[in-house]
Amino acid sequence: MTQAQTKLVRIVTAGSVDDGKSTLIGRILHDSKALMSDQVDALSNARYSRAEEGDLDLSFVTDGLESEREQGITIDVAYRYFATPQTSFIVIDAPGHEQYTRNMVTGASNADVAIVLVDASRLHQGALKVQTRRHATIAHLLGLKVVFAVNKMDLIHWSQKVFQEVEESLKRLSRSLGITNPAIVPINARSGDNVVAVSPAAPWYQGASLLEVLQNQGEGTDLSDLPFRFPVQRVVRVDGHKLEAQRGYAGRIASGQVSVGDEVLVGPHRRPTKISRIETFDQSLTQAEAGQSVTLYTEDEVDAARGDILTGPESSYANRVIADLCWLDDQAWDPRRRYLIQQGTAAITSRIESVLHIRDMRDLSEVRGDQALKLNDIALVQLQTQTPILADHFKDNPKTGAFILIDPETNQTAAAGMIRGVV
Amino acid sequence: MTFFSRLLHLDRLESEAIYILREAAAQSRNPALLFSGGKDSAVLLHLALKAFRPEKLPFPLLHVDTGHNFEGVTEFRDETAARLGERLVVADVEASIQRGSVRLASPTASRNAAQAVTLLEAIETHGFDLLLGGARRDEDKARAKERVFSHRDAFGAWNPKSQRPELWDLYNGRLQVGENFRVFPLSNWTELDIWTYIEREKIALPSLYFAHVRPVVRDGDYWRPVTSVTPAAEGQEVERRLVRFRTVGDMTCTCPIESDASDIAAIIAETRLSTLSERGATRMDDKVNEAAMERRKREGYF
Repeated sequence: MTQAQTKLVRIVTAGSVDDGKSTLIGRILHDSKALMSDQVDALSNARYSRAEEGDLDLSFVTDGLESEREQGITIDVAYRYFATPQTSFIVIDAPGHEQYTRNMVTGASNADVAIVLVDASRLHQGALKVQTRRHATIAHLLGLKVVFAVNKMDLIHWSQKVFQEVEESLKRLSRSLGITNPAIVPINARSGDNVVAVSPAAPWYQGASLLEVLQNQGEGTDLSDLPFRFPVQRVVRVDGHKLEAQRGYAGRIASGQVSVGDEVLVGPHRRPTKISRIETFDQSLTQAEAGQSVTLYTEDEVDAARGDILTGPESSYANRVIADLCWLDDQAWDPRRRYLIQQGTAAITSRIESVLHIRDMRDLSEVRGDQALKLNDIALVQLQTQTPILADHFKDNPKTGAFILIDPETNQTAAAGMIRGVV
Repeated sequence: MTFFSRLLHLDRLESEAIYILREAAAQSRNPALLFSGGKDSAVLLHLALKAFRPEKLPFPLLHVDTGHNFEGVTEFRDETAARLGERLVVADVEASIQRGSVRLASPTASRNAAQAVTLLEAIETHGFDLLLGGARRDEDKARAKERVFSHRDAFGAWNPKSQRPELWDLYNGRLQVGENFRVFPLSNWTELDIWTYIEREKIALPSLYFAHVRPVVRDGDYWRPVTSVTPAAEGQEVERRLVRFRTVGDMTCTCPIESDASDIAAIIAETRLSTLSERGATRMDDKVNEAAMERRKREGYF
């Protein structure tokens, strides 16, 4: 098996409403021959289609809900799958409306690359829309690579001058977010220019097509090279009725590798023990790595439970962390309330002690003070937890550095969180 | 900075499904696994064994039975449960008809949509709070929109306009009393993934999936099977054709395709070249209108 077979690229669309995100996804799938003939037929007969006679409304490839087609908007994330000989793609079409930002965050958290679309025809002197800035901010915060696509180039007659103005604004936005050397591709999603293949429409554009740019994203870091992390999902009892009954820990290796004989630390007490066996359904392994679902057995009775994490020697826990939050709940943050923090398989009571700043999406400045946290806010907060949590930084380990906050009254997922440091 | 895992494609999908199955079992009080004997549920059951053996499965198998099954599927379902020593709960649409909770336009009308009613009754009778299903996002445009942990209200309804956020692989399985979850561990699998996995793992399937000769009648784009509940209309020409089923569902709405693929390798080769989607080629229930699947799901269908 070659490395090439294993490459997976997960793409999410981002940007303001009506900038052409769904049409772009439809175009990529259509031009990659990833649509079946009955699906194309269904597009040409679709109700509410906005395409001209004989044309297809490609946005309907992913806008599959009745109310999305009726209103001509995307409400929630759609997942589509296709593969080229080298790469498997998951394409995730996300909504542009501010009120559906939580769905965009859902899509982005399951992607590696974000295509941030900009409508070239609707900018004045290159001024970007608030949603463009918000989505670029979220994508970067969630650790995604950001690629910009300047869409609807036909409406500005493929003017290099207008493109350069937009490009300048996108570079300025990138600098303020800390995105280095972003690819910026002029496209027309509706006609397919520069989407899958480079188009003669813009002879002044020297770069690659959008799909080539997406395909050639560097691989990043191998999760197996990070420190070992294993959140326990379930405790398994083998021969549970016998005296010599053994307890195993079932879970998926979040990062790193583990071998029989390795010393591991259990939970916040960091109690040491050694791995005695690594089992799957039909095999005993000597070694396992990030991504594998296995059952681990230890030499000592360590009394680990669901929610505990087995780690390698490099790990630290803390009761207080600093974290970036995207607030996703209609109900604003209530300072008197406790929230459950779910990190790995652990659910621990926590509270937000202070809001250090909230980002103003108009100019990306950081507004200080104990503000109210409400729907769609992106903030930096200080959290206190009832018992210590693993203090991995999200930028070093996105598997364990990520968490969600749950409102225990409503069970709603109130926020997406990323650990930035300890206090 | 982005990160990747170097697992191979099928290994990654397998491991993800096992992880989801274990999360579903750990976060629910009284789960069940929907098992019809079809290929996706056979794969799901195989993955459940990988997730929980050597222990017994932490849930029973549940089949919502329209009573209109193709030959051999019911036997396959019962034999599989018996061979594994796992409990099988069968919820009959016929019983709902007897009770009066399902009313059909005519005695021979399709019972496919009625499955939602019987399913919700089974949830109430047995107190299930989470159902594992083999649905995949690539099957249908409404399914493409669904979360892995799909929240259903006290009426079993899916509200596609306000789904819970689902961040990373941190599944929030918390419920209020009376609500339930539908959980789909195969969300990210395609039809081709299913077949290549069946080949790799040597998973047994009902014989219907392989090429066989069967009486059919032409119905628009479909070859409609001639069965006890779907007899040929007067004057319709019954032909015997070499066919196989791409999906196995209720007899009244599932059609075979013409095919000479008699083993899994041949099916994989055919799937790679197919220009028709799985449900588009076989399911009459999705042709009723553009949003057929979405509407069924809003009513509590899986």
